[in-house]
Amino acid sequence: MSRPAALALLLCLAGPARAEEIFVSNERDNTVSVIDGDSLEVLRTFPVGRRPRGLTFSQDGRALYVCASDSDAVQVIDPDTGEVRHNLPSGEDPEQFALAPDGRTLFIANEENATTTVVDAQSRKVLAQIDVGIEPEGVAVSPDGRTAVTTSETTNMVHWIDTKSLAAVDATPVGQRPRFAAFTADGARLWASSEIGGTVSVIDVATRQVMRTIEFAVKGIAADRIQPVGIQLSKDGRHAFVALGPSDRVAVVDTATYAVESYILVGRRVWQLALNAAGTRLFATNGVSGDVTVIDAATFKPIKTVKVGRFPWGAAARPMTPAQAPDGRAAGAVP
Amino acid sequence: MVSSGARRARKRGGPQAALRLAVVLAALAPVSPGRAAPAPAGPPLTIQYLERRVERPVPLNNEDPIPADEGAKGAELGLKDSNATGRFLGLSFGLDAKVVEPGDDIRQAFRDLADRRFVVLNAPAADVLALADLPEAKGSVLLNIGAPDTRLRDADCRRNLLHVLPSRAMLADALVQFLAFKRWSRILLVTGPAPGDALYAEALRRSARKFGARIVAESRYDPQGGDVRDTALREFALPTRGPEHDVVAVADEAGAFGASLNYNTASPRPLVGTQGLAPAAWGRPVEAWAAVQLQGRFRKLAGRAMRPVDWAGWMAVHAVGEAAVKARSADPATVRAALTAPGFEIGGFKGRPLSFRAWDGQLRQPVFLLWPGAVTATAPIEGFLHHRTELDTLGLDEPESACRAFSGTPG
Repeated sequence: MSRPAALALLLCLAGPARAEEIFVSNERDNTVSVIDGDSLEVLRTFPVGRRPRGLTFSQDGRALYVCASDSDAVQVIDPDTGEVRHNLPSGEDPEQFALAPDGRTLFIANEENATTTVVDAQSRKVLAQIDVGIEPEGVAVSPDGRTAVTTSETTNMVHWIDTKSLAAVDATPVGQRPRFAAFTADGARLWASSEIGGTVSVIDVATRQVMRTIEFAVKGIAADRIQPVGIQLSKDGRHAFVALGPSDRVAVVDTATYAVESYILVGRRVWQLALNAAGTRLFATNGVSGDVTVIDAATFKPIKTVKVGRFPWGAAARPMTPAQAPDGRAAGAVP
Repeated sequence: MVSSGARRARKRGGPQAALRLAVVLAALAPVSPGRAAPAPAGPPLTIQYLERRVERPVPLNNEDPIPADEGAKGAELGLKDSNATGRFLGLSFGLDAKVVEPGDDIRQAFRDLADRRFVVLNAPAADVLALADLPEAKGSVLLNIGAPDTRLRDADCRRNLLHVLPSRAMLADALVQFLAFKRWSRILLVTGPAPGDALYAEALRRSARKFGARIVAESRYDPQGGDVRDTALREFALPTRGPEHDVVAVADEAGAFGASLNYNTASPRPLVGTQGLAPAAWGRPVEAWAAVQLQGRFRKLAGRAMRPVDWAGWMAVHAVGEAAVKARSADPATVRAALTAPGFEIGGFKGRPLSFRAWDGQLRQPVFLLWPGAVTATAPIEGFLHHRTELDTLGLDEPESACRAFSGTPG
């Protein structure tokens, strides 16, 4: 089939434009809640494997991947029906993962056995298991697909993985208990949060050196309750949103000056963050209060609190416009 | 004040430290890209584990006995974790364990250690003091994981002595904060016959004064001469009878009768203290803040649940390992300076950064309030505030401690 024909078929299959949906994993309920991006109501809730944490979508928005930590699997789920299509081998206790730009290579942090598992979502094969530090957690793949990182919470490092050779090539020490990592859109910087250190490290990707350590202070809140976890960079790249755990705040950081512009009050123990496709709304999961705070990403004002299941953990917006994945697997391929 | 640790380390390091500079500089060089596991930059940093074995009574109610390797297994896990981290920086660690039998000379055992620079001590307070005062221990960092005695953080503190295990004062403060929060502030106190029981009771009295609770009555109970398993139903009515109270607190560190006191009090009141709702550094129900990861690793290694002294053993070695990582060095003087430097913070699976108090060498940390089924609460309890960190509402605060060894110009 020619490329245009395939594309036409794909568009045809996509059917009428759907409303935007934000998916939230409920760690204690073993469910995923689906929030309507416009009405901000919970549309549906479906059961998944045990202890769901990280979740992400295929580039075309047709497959939802969920780390079912206590089921030792990454589940591939139909986002419309909630039906589990199949499980991917994930290694023990998968917690977070990231999909490479090739649309099929998943890098999965295995919290309990100090490895990062690399899986081809198409062939459902494990490509590699890479030794990293103790309690790997945060995972990110650079926009050019050449580098993956895993943060290890007890070893307190960012481990750099070459996606061609699938080998850990370097490690950068950061603050205590690094939980999450995110590349900037240009791939030049990596932002990594340190929950117990109370900081966010901005790392220069070329040198793999920490170039800036951002600290936070909220009036009336003890410094040791300010525990950065999830990070989300704004669509225009000018701001970074940082979830600050039991301080019940999301910080807004200016990415040019690294100054904290605002602290947004959200629910209790805020974990992870997700933006909608347009980048206008930020969704923050509040683990202890069991809800999601929706924030206006331009004014930094909370709009609504949406009740979901127990211990909401991860959040991901379903891609609106089906994009075609590039051909072939870019990671794990020796040139 | 806070920086005295760093100053002290520099001073004591002396010329030897200068000789090691070359090694340190090599280790400080950033990890170059392209290497997953750099070759070790120097000799491994060896940590000693020294324990005085203590004879313990046979458990009364078929409880699991206190394991013979309590503390040692924690230190072993700390070593594994430190090496898993260190390998990414070319650092490696070793652990030598030595157990001294009751009646044997622990001072000689200490002198016989090949390397005395970092010593994890699991021994009663008298041994800890005897070792800290040895001339051979002058340049050591001793990490106390077995002695909860408050006096070691007070008038009997020592400069070369850090405390990883919480003091009895910290445990009692955690419990009384909980009671104050619940407004269960009238306490009837039952104290057992052992010297540690008297110290535990004294800590409770002190905490009651600190947080506005009241000891409304006290009694002593000695289980000798009877079998509480047979007599508990009637026998405990007497020592627990008294004026109106909200809880019965028990001080029975050896577990000689406390478990049988539960549900056998004269009035229907909860039991708190060494049994019942008990404050502890760690325990089997602890799972939050990723503790379940540490619990899982420990169970895999030791085949049993992690106990408070195990946690302290793990924490002691982990602290040394983290200091080495922070300093990017296995050089003892450098590591020591990093460990005692102001601003040195470590994770301990308790949801907050932990650090050593500058005035008495105590590791500040949350304390769990446990019964065998659950973590009932975690102290500091909300509402107990402190200008530095809420963690300093537990145990001897700077103005309360008579410890002066860490203040002033280094000796």
